[in-house]
Amino acid sequence: MAAEAQNALTDYKVVDDAIPAPLTDRKGDPEAGRAIVANRQVGLCLLCHTGPFPEERFQGDLAPDLRGAGGRWNEGQLRLRIVDSSRIVKDTIMPSFYRIDGFHRVAPAFRGKPILSAQQIEDVVAFLQTLKDQP
Amino acid sequence: MTRSIARGLCAAAAVALILSCPIRSGDAGNIPLDQRRSSYELMSPPTRAMQDDDTANPGTLWVLDGEALWQRESGAAGQACAGCHGDAAQSMKGVAARYPAFDASSGRPIDLEQRIVDCRVERQRAPAPARESKELLALTAFVARQSRGMAIEDVAGKDERLRPFLESGRAAFEQRQGQLNLSCANCHDDNWGRSLAGNAVPQGHPTGYPIYRLEWQGMGSLQRRLRNCMIGMRAETYAYGSPEYVDLQLYLAWRARGMPVEAPGVRP
Ligand code: HEC
Ligand code: HEC
Ligand code: HEC
Repeated sequence: MAAEAQNALTDYKVVDDAIPAPLTDRKGDPEAGRAIVANRQVGLCLLCHTGPFPEERFQGDLAPDLRGAGGRWNEGQLRLRIVDSSRIVKDTIMPSFYRIDGFHRVAPAFRGKPILSAQQIEDVVAFLQTLKDQP
Repeated sequence: MTRSIARGLCAAAAVALILSCPIRSGDAGNIPLDQRRSSYELMSPPTRAMQDDDTANPGTLWVLDGEALWQRESGAAGQACAGCHGDAAQSMKGVAARYPAFDASSGRPIDLEQRIVDCRVERQRAPAPARESKELLALTAFVARQSRGMAIEDVAGKDERLRPFLESGRAAFEQRQGQLNLSCANCHDDNWGRSLAGNAVPQGHPTGYPIYRLEWQGMGSLQRRLRNCMIGMRAETYAYGSPEYVDLQLYLAWRARGMPVEAPGVRP
């Protein structure tokens, strides 16, 4: 039951450059989202991005600073950006966090699983919306 | 030069128009020869000093072990490496700089480790040492040390028979893989010099191998390093000694042609 739930991805609809509708019924929790973004093993975001995380000494510079993302993009745009970045920038290096197909040689432990669950995506999107201040 | 200008433009453009920033995506391409840098240049002065000074370089312990094994008669043939090859400073000089090399009996490239295993088995009639065993790392470090400072040869460029394997190594380097859907080139061609969560992304040259890695607190081969990167990409690794690794190693050697051998390197 749990394993099945893990493998099946929730359907979503892309409208222009956004996924307007949430992936889950439970509203995203920005606090939980912040913890996911700050964790280099879970969200992985800080491998590439910097952001307002004074407690995190090690951040990346392969991607733009996350500060202000909530002002630059609306909720639906942020959702598509996290779910499947490659639909926005074809050759991006940003992983598709909610996708399981079209990959090559995925390690067995990660096969058939998205990087983040639908609820985690909602949490991250809720957190990103709070980032209104530009760097 | 062009690259840093492109980066500057890219940074400026990123503020206004993030989506059209070219250098961070699809910018795959080889690093111009005169812009290639060993990871050595990214290391802190104390770590560099450790590599440079044989008495401080922990890899020296493996080199000395390898030298002892080189002299020792062993296997059913009762022969030492030295019995056939004599003084390694002469006979093994430059050998590491031209591996992987084409091996006629298997009809494909083999790496230096495999070359040593073959002599152990076929010439000394001894059991094959396992990949990453102390014995094989010691012998490889000792043989590779004899090429320190010598330029990596363009073996694949010179030997037609290696061409298809070079191409397969290149394809593997450029192929997106794993759950993170990244290619080796995404990091080592397109984003070297940048910070991946505080770690400088190197160009990924094979010049120092086998290396003493401070994080491992031990010696490791190039294949161990490649496995580490693949695990980071959440990609399925190959078994040690797999032809896929050797093809990648061949491509890495071609990419680093002309750069000096540093073995045994020290890495953080
Ligand atoms: C492997 C590197 C990498 C990782 C990991 C990564 N990103 Fe990105 N991200 C990028 C790059 C590069 C861009 C720039 C646009 C492009 O090329 O896609 C970007 C763009 C973005 C943008 C839009 C740019 C803006 O205005 O802020 C957002 C939002 C974003 N990422 C959020 C995240 C979040 C949240 C995570 C973690 C859940 C994450 N990224 C993980 C590389 C990465
Ligand atoms: C009985 C003699 C013999 C012994 C013992 C022997 N080898 Fe060899 N080795 C050879 C011969 C002959 C070749 C060349 C084989 C060929 O080209 O096919 C060779 C080739 C090599 C090469 C490749 C050199 C090159 O120019 O490409 C290396 C490296 C090597 N041996 C290392 C060793 C090591 C290390 C040992 C001990 C563990 C060892 N050998 C023991 C006979 C021996
Ligand atoms: C997400 C970025 C990334 C990807 C993708 C990646 N690497 Fe690396 N690689 C690194 C980093 C960072 C290091 C430096 C060691 C460290 O800090 O872990 C490294 C180190 C290396 C080194 C060692 C260089 C030295 O001087 O010791 C080699 C060789 C290498 N990588 C090859 C590869 C190959 C081949 C692939 C593809 C199978 C690959 N890497 C994929 C980031 C990456």
